[in-house]
Amino acid sequence: MKTLPTRFHVVLLVAATVLLGACSEKPQAGASNAGLDKPAYVGTGSNFTVPGWTAGDRTSWESQLKARNQRGQNEYNKTVAAR
Amino acid sequence: MARMKFVCDAERCIECNSCVTACKNEHEVPWGVNRRRVVTLNDGVPGEKSISVACMHCSDAPCMAVCPVNCFYRTDEGVVLHDKDVCIGCGYCSYACPFGAPQFPSQGTFGVRGKMDKCTFCAGGPEEHGSEAEFEKYGRNRLAEGKLPACAEMCSTKALLAGDGDVVADIFRTRVVQRGKGAEVWGWGTAYGSRQAGQPPKEGTKS
Repeated sequence: MKTLPTRFHVVLLVAATVLLGACSEKPQAGASNAGLDKPAYVGTGSNFTVPGWTAGDRTSWESQLKARNQRGQNEYNKTVAAR
Repeated sequence: MARMKFVCDAERCIECNSCVTACKNEHEVPWGVNRRRVVTLNDGVPGEKSISVACMHCSDAPCMAVCPVNCFYRTDEGVVLHDKDVCIGCGYCSYACPFGAPQFPSQGTFGVRGKMDKCTFCAGGPEEHGSEAEFEKYGRNRLAEGKLPACAEMCSTKALLAGDGDVVADIFRTRVVQRGKGAEVWGWGTAYGSRQAGQPPKEGTKS
């Protein structure tokens, strides 16, 4: 025999929905700071910064790193053989 | 600018471990954690080769793909970094990495793994550049100071090259041409694709 939902059933259903809502899965996306990381060319503002480039200027920073690469790591620039 | 890359010239590496020492000193890396190490192939056999290994900052990083909490990100310069506030220390990245780069502190209570630690290409992490928090978690941010990674700058024989991919490939190419051998670059294909370091970049492409 079919029984119609009584007011009690409806209240029970609503209460169960509210209570069981706490068991639902919480969003698991971490509050990552990754998006807040500034580009390296912005600089640190510290006294350890190498002179010869302007903090905040990307082109200047890139040129600085390329020059440092050639100056510090390419010793063929310093030898006669490669000239 | 091209992507930041590492090249280790096995013809030059003398296994002096100055790169390892420079890294540990620069970032005050704790005992048991080695962001960089030197691996010797055929140790003791004539013709043995040594290579300095750390995170290669892969173009298509497997660590990034397997991380369940998505703590990895890539900077505009191609440096693969991670957020220690998000890392849960699961160790998946360690299994995925072909270079064994991810490290875990071993002092955790009940043998629990701590937050993963790895080479940052001396680019710090997701904190204020040059801040105490950045240094504590990720080490010094040399790139933002206009410097190159300490390991490469301290390399006694300049076997380890680090910097703009096109520039380091060019330096390496000059060496290969001069000495007439040793064009193979260990790990380059795995990290950056199949193209070897000795080849010039294609026109209009970012290497």
